Amino acid sequence: MRPYSYVRADDVEGAIATLSGAPDAAFLAGGTNLVDLMKLGVETPEVLVDVRRLTSERVEDLEDGGLRIGAAVPNSVLAADRKVRTGYPVLSQALLAGASGQLRNVATTGGNLLQRTRCVYFYDTTTPCNKREPGSGCSAIEGHNKNHAILGGSEHCVATHPSDMAVAMAALDAFVNVRGPEGGRRIPIEDLHRLPGDEPRHDTVLEHGELITSVDLPPPGFLSNSKYRKVRERASYAFALVSVAAALDVQDGVVRDVRIALGGVAHKPWRATKAEEALRGEPAGEENFRAAADIELESAEPLQDNAFKVPLARNVITRTLLELSEGR
Amino acid sequence: MDAEVTLKVDGTDHTFVVDTRTTLLDALRERLGKTSPKKGCDHGQCGACTVLLDGRRANSCLTLAVAYDGSEIVTAEGLAENGELHPMQRAFIEHDGYQCGYCTPGQIVSAVGMLQEAEAGWPSHVTEDLNVEEITLDDDEIRERMSGNLCRCAAYANIVPAIREVSGR
Repeated sequence: MRPYSYVRADDVEGAIATLSGAPDAAFLAGGTNLVDLMKLGVETPEVLVDVRRLTSERVEDLEDGGLRIGAAVPNSVLAADRKVRTGYPVLSQALLAGASGQLRNVATTGGNLLQRTRCVYFYDTTTPCNKREPGSGCSAIEGHNKNHAILGGSEHCVATHPSDMAVAMAALDAFVNVRGPEGGRRIPIEDLHRLPGDEPRHDTVLEHGELITSVDLPPPGFLSNSKYRKVRERASYAFALVSVAAALDVQDGVVRDVRIALGGVAHKPWRATKAEEALRGEPAGEENFRAAADIELESAEPLQDNAFKVPLARNVITRTLLELSEGR
Repeated sequence: MDAEVTLKVDGTDHTFVVDTRTTLLDALRERLGKTSPKKGCDHGQCGACTVLLDGRRANSCLTLAVAYDGSEIVTAEGLAENGELHPMQRAFIEHDGYQCGYCTPGQIVSAVGMLQEAEAGWPSHVTEDLNVEEITLDDDEIRERMSGNLCRCAAYANIVPAIREVSGR
């Protein structure tokens, strides 16, 4: 591992100032992904600024009835939070479907959002990868790409975002609170992660020096009727081939509101807005759910090894909405 | 870069200087001679390095020693009290919950941490009702909650009953 200096700042402002002054510095929280990437030589920071004890470790009520999740709240604690379990079951389920008990105890809310792709070529420093080494090429487009994107990819990168938690937060319309050298800002989670385009190096819109301090969830409302379904190659402790986070509000047999986000299919949590639009005001039922899923997946561009993700995503969306409509 | 850290390991304080790159696992094994946490994959995938870190189970291979200055760590060795094996250690022996034994200290520490999580009412991926007050640890629950610990000898058939026995006490 490349030598680095370790800094523990006294407060958030100090951490941001330290990081901003060092172009090759990184924030460290739980470290479950970053330390691994440093061991492999994928990440090579000169300075590590430890922020684990700087941001809140609490889940607090917001005045509007929503929740504020401190960036340092461990994934395991968030999944077990009573208000999350009742108001936002999709979030608890997504967290519990990710990683292992040990990792969830250490991984933080902010860190989970900022974890890097698990594309094997990103991890293998002997192969070209535009995300790791801009301009070197993408090994996945012509290589082993079963786990890669079917939506929103580019000729430069077809990696997927690995988080389950972020997919649930996308369906919940969460806001990410950020502090930086220029002050604070509040980013709709939909806008936090980006598509690869011709700059796959950047996973998010965060500028160097910007630190996630908390995540806000809106008041629960119909989000309490929500669900996360994850399909993977083993029963536990594996990344998603395809996952769906959904919330559904049906009244008198008609879809009043619906939220659908997909994991494992794109460079970011994929909010299925086309499917949502197609369903609002329509009768709830298997046929309409399937038709809406098809509309969303029309723009899918599968690679040689992952065409299976298209029907898989369609079926998982349909089944998840059907279960929610039947109160299951 | 070097930094001084103090770690309380299995009840004893240790203050020493480490390279800031040192993982908690390497600090325990190479600096303090605590070899019950094992280096399996060294990437957080196998669970052989599991310790209780400030009361919760964690992969010591993915944590930096310097980041946990002042923390309390319990290894499998530290579970025994007054020369008496911990009930989980005894159960693994009684049920023959291992073959080569390399993953065993991590399995045992993870199981102890897991039981505390279940007692606190934490649900898992297979918990039917997220809002349940009391967790019942059947075999499916135990397998899911222990999925971060691999056993390449596949002694799972005996590990699960060992944990189930202790959970029922």
